[in-house]
Amino acid sequence: MTTTTSSATGTLGRSRADGVRRTFARYPVLGPTAALVLAIIVFSVSTTTFFNIDNFSLIVQQSVVIGTLALGQTLIILTAGIDLANAAIAVFGTLLLTRLTIGGTPSAVAILLGLVACTVVATVSGLLVTRIKLPPFIVTLGMLAVMTAVTNLYSGGTTYPVPDGLLTWLGTSLYLFGRVQFTMGMILAALLFVLMWFVLSKTAWGRHVYAVGNEPEAARLTGIHIDRTLVSVYAVAGVIYGFAAWMALGRTPTADPNAYQTGNLDSITAVVIGGTSLFGGRGGVVGTIIGALIVAILRSGLTQMGIDSNYQNLATGVLVIAAVAFDQATRRRG
Amino acid sequence: MSTQTVQTPGPAASSGAVGDRTPVMTARGLVKRYGHVTAINGCDFDLYPGEVLAVVGDNGAGKSSLIKALTGALTPDAGTVTLDGKPVAFHSPLEARQQGIETVYQTLAVAPALDIASNLFLGREIRREGLLGSLRLLDKKAMRSAARKELNALGIATIQDITQPVETLSGGQRQAVAVARAAMFGSKVVIMDEPTAALGVRETAQVLELIKRISGRGLPVVLISHDMPAVFEVADRIHVHRLGRRAGIVEPKNVSMSDVVSYITGAEEIPGTHDADPDQAAHTSEVAP
Ligand SMILES: Nc1ncnc2c1ncn2[C@@H]1O[C@H](COP(=O)(O)OP(=O)(O)O)[C@@H](O)[C@H]1O
Ligand SMILES: [Mg+2]
Repeated sequence: MTTTTSSATGTLGRSRADGVRRTFARYPVLGPTAALVLAIIVFSVSTTTFFNIDNFSLIVQQSVVIGTLALGQTLIILTAGIDLANAAIAVFGTLLLTRLTIGGTPSAVAILLGLVACTVVATVSGLLVTRIKLPPFIVTLGMLAVMTAVTNLYSGGTTYPVPDGLLTWLGTSLYLFGRVQFTMGMILAALLFVLMWFVLSKTAWGRHVYAVGNEPEAARLTGIHIDRTLVSVYAVAGVIYGFAAWMALGRTPTADPNAYQTGNLDSITAVVIGGTSLFGGRGGVVGTIIGALIVAILRSGLTQMGIDSNYQNLATGVLVIAAVAFDQATRRRG
Repeated sequence: MSTQTVQTPGPAASSGAVGDRTPVMTARGLVKRYGHVTAINGCDFDLYPGEVLAVVGDNGAGKSSLIKALTGALTPDAGTVTLDGKPVAFHSPLEARQQGIETVYQTLAVAPALDIASNLFLGREIRREGLLGSLRLLDKKAMRSAARKELNALGIATIQDITQPVETLSGGQRQAVAVARAAMFGSKVVIMDEPTAALGVRETAQVLELIKRISGRGLPVVLISHDMPAVFEVADRIHVHRLGRRAGIVEPKNVSMSDVVSYITGAEEIPGTHDADPDQAAHTSEVAP
């Protein structure tokens, strides 16, 4: 392939650049993986506190909620959509779980109802996108405002302490070799990522999600039900947001209507840094794990280097722009 | 299908036999309007078993709209379509595909980011057997080997790695992928919309070779094109399309390329038709030699 092109287009140097670009285009996790490794090396060398197992465990714990929101976000971005309401839906979930349990509902039932509620809300977004043909950006911007208001009304603007038990169970820890700390939330998040990786890469539904995001007209002409696929994507994302709500209670045992206000943007950041294209059809959940870890490592490492959090935000912003520019550059047809 | 192959010893013989055979597919009086534009204006269409039918016409004559109306990609405002003598009304491309009608659209309808095998089976993935299949699990191995087999059978040798994304292929190779998909699933009719329009000389020759191979399987092929040498190389009959309808039918052995160009532009009248009289348009099929 590459050799044919090089003889046709000319110079050897250009063909090598072409080959590199093709490789990155074909394996979108290569770039993020390299960035992750580089960040780990830089912080390990430049600080004494970064490279140890407790710090790594902490970094992963800090990434669990945003990472899980980003998992749902990945599905929607793969269809060339975007979900600005994901964190607002999850925050509503945290209040629903907590208030139901405080009100005497068995916590298992409350968790189930929370999952259902998050799924229903996200599905409504999907229906608005497909039935009224509104852009996902607008639909979920509206849904963000609606869910924020609903959460404030429902909570009366106050926080609720989360009763101990099943609701905070995802915050409990296991110690591997009596040393390495794993929380139940980490394990659940990992299971969800593996499940979604499997579904996206091994099932017909997964192929259809990519096709709908990459070239909707081609998908339609080959007989794929675009609307059905899109609604199912929003519904699955909603289930994942429900789990994120439960994880959030394990991480901080307070249901706070003002929590995760930048969760939507943070999740988009993780997805984009992970190499998934905002134009849809390219990328995947492995990239999102890496993207979420890069953001958390950057914050942790820069903090330990004593760098102000404003510079951390600045670095994250630069990384987002760089990731999208990189995505564009590798897509340019040769 | 095998009987059709036996009945079709060669292009000359098959076109000679057209008169006494029942068409595979017909359309009568198709109409499609887009606002003020009438893309299809009372169009008739006939496709006979085993033939390669070329549909020629100017840009904007309504050729693509006609085949979209035949294959469920658009719903006509009026008119009837029959398949094997029975009336059909396809509401989506999927319904037409389920009846064995495969179309290579002008836009190719491929997802560039997906690999070749995934594109060949898009919307019709092979699933694993048993419980794993009910979970909609893909049988990637089966799809890859079937894809490989089809590409080999069609003599598409330039595609080495079927796991590479379609966007890494040349224009001719992409066209070949779209044609292979049609050949793989088409059991009744294969329709191709301008398959050589974007291709160079060598790639065009390869696509014409593919058309001959598909036709050699006994499948009727509809080739929309305004590439006259290509049309004259493969077509048994030529459906001349003008101003949204069939202006007439000619056979390549009876006319020259420049004749056909004159028919397309309306500079010359097609033999056997009374083009000035619009009522005659509906009867052109009976007048065809
Ligand atoms: N989706 C559409 N909306 C509006 N007009 C259309 C559409 N598709 C085709 N047309 C118009 O219908 C006419 C026939 O187009 P088309 O069938 O593509 O012709 P051809 O394939 O022969 O070039 C043209 O005037 C074209 O502009
Ligand atoms: Mg056309």
